[in-house]
Amino acid sequence: MKVLVCISHVPDTTSKINFTADNSAFDKNGVQFVINPYDEFGLTRAVWLKEKQGAQVTVLNVGRAETEPTLRKALAIGADAAIRVDADPSDSFYVAQQIAAVAKEGAYDLIIAGRESIDYNGGQVPGMVASILNLPFINACVGMEVSDSEASLIREIDGGKEKVKASLPLVVGGQKGLVEEKDLRIPNMRGIMQARSKALDVRSPQEVEVKTNTGAFSKPAPKSAVKMIDADNVAELVRLLHEEAKVI
Amino acid sequence: MSVLVYLENWEGQFKKNTWEAALYASKTASMQGTEAIGVVIGNINESAEEAGKFGLSKVLHLTDAALASFDANRYAQAFANLAQENNASTIIISGTFNGKALAPALSIKHNAALLSNVVDLPTNVSPLTVKRGVFSGKGFNDLSSSEANNIILFVPNSIALEEGSGAASVENASFTAGDEKTVVVESVDRVKGKIPLPEAERVVSGGRGLKAPENWTMVEELAEVLDAGTACSKPVSDMDWRPHSEHVGQTGIAIKPNLYIAIGISGAIQHLAGVSASKTIVAINSDSEAPFFKAADYGIVGDAFQVVPKLTEELKKFKAAN
Repeated sequence: MKVLVCISHVPDTTSKINFTADNSAFDKNGVQFVINPYDEFGLTRAVWLKEKQGAQVTVLNVGRAETEPTLRKALAIGADAAIRVDADPSDSFYVAQQIAAVAKEGAYDLIIAGRESIDYNGGQVPGMVASILNLPFINACVGMEVSDSEASLIREIDGGKEKVKASLPLVVGGQKGLVEEKDLRIPNMRGIMQARSKALDVRSPQEVEVKTNTGAFSKPAPKSAVKMIDADNVAELVRLLHEEAKVI
Repeated sequence: MSVLVYLENWEGQFKKNTWEAALYASKTASMQGTEAIGVVIGNINESAEEAGKFGLSKVLHLTDAALASFDANRYAQAFANLAQENNASTIIISGTFNGKALAPALSIKHNAALLSNVVDLPTNVSPLTVKRGVFSGKGFNDLSSSEANNIILFVPNSIALEEGSGAASVENASFTAGDEKTVVVESVDRVKGKIPLPEAERVVSGGRGLKAPENWTMVEELAEVLDAGTACSKPVSDMDWRPHSEHVGQTGIAIKPNLYIAIGISGAIQHLAGVSASKTIVAINSDSEAPFFKAADYGIVGDAFQVVPKLTEELKKFKAAN
């Protein structure tokens, strides 16, 4: 079984987000980058497939050389090989086309990407990859058992869950639930040493036209100062919620 | 030219979210000088004529058995067919779980740009430009399309609902499957009697400050009197005190209710990212230094075990009087 895990290289969740002086781009200065949290669950699940079912796991990023430490970390966690498509991830359609090309060439049985990345929050890439390759698509996947030719999966829906079956190959939009938070693998020393000698294949991108153009960035308007209410005067809070905030 | 909009139903019922999509579409259509057409899939228990109150004059109803359960690729095929038949260049979809799965698949089939995580009506129609949320609530970005065909996937609770009058005409439409690959739905498990996130207009959320899962009774009681959904912080979900589906924050669900009440949640930057779009935020915490007070509109420093039951009582009195 060949598994492709798509990895986004994103600012750490604790990062303060700033934009460049002209508000045209995200300011990467002083920001630490990590594996997108939504992708981590799929990565650990793929490593389990390797350990329990002999799967071969490849991680893939569309990005410049700066993302290689993130890919090395994924190798240290247990992936067998890494591919980097050497291009700026300009928009979701562009990235999805690059992933689809790699996935098609490598004839993967299972393609896992986080249901969204915590930087641009598009939530578009896995669904686009499935549609480009004409493969079954399961988004917001919170459970997965895979056999040689098919998979049994659980996906989140509004107010519940749905159990589905699909034949391989297929595409999964992953999140917490694929594995639990406590099961997430972190690199150990042995993994880090082994990762150094694993293959990291750098490829040229396909020529693809983007479909969107990014304009100005802005920050949310600052909140006005909090109104503190005495713990013994809860009725005052009810009054304010009704008369001032008008939310009840 | 026209605008298509997905009027989603849940087990045959429309929700407020359905009509928000209808209104979003009719406002977008009038900006573009065209009309908006609704699409309903599956058997419904109420009339789709209701869409007329939100500016739609026509609704297409698909009841083909092949569409009985949701599949992203199959539904994308259905929408792509209808878009072509109705010369629709813009398609509006609400960011529900199914909407988020449908939109990217449809964008490929309809050769469209997908503008997602959109938080307001379009700011320009030519080129189509929207304001979208980025960096998990920490920023916004103006995104414009370079395509003739577009899909807007908006965040629920982004526009205020206004109800007019009128009834839409409902026409049956037919579906022709293509070669799309689908999944087989084996079973559906819906939690009854709860208001699902992210559609909840009011949300009561608990954190580690509540000390143990059995203490959620008071959260649920407060939620009940407010008709609110319940949510929790990441540590609470990681410890399995509450289900994953209640985890709001950067790596959980991002929500934008009118009222968010945070009880015993310190307000880490990752949590705030998922809730900062809420219209009004109330923080209740025993620690006066909790960062949540900087992000809140109203704050109470106090013991949640005393403040929350009192608040529930006061709200009951308020409801009885109003």
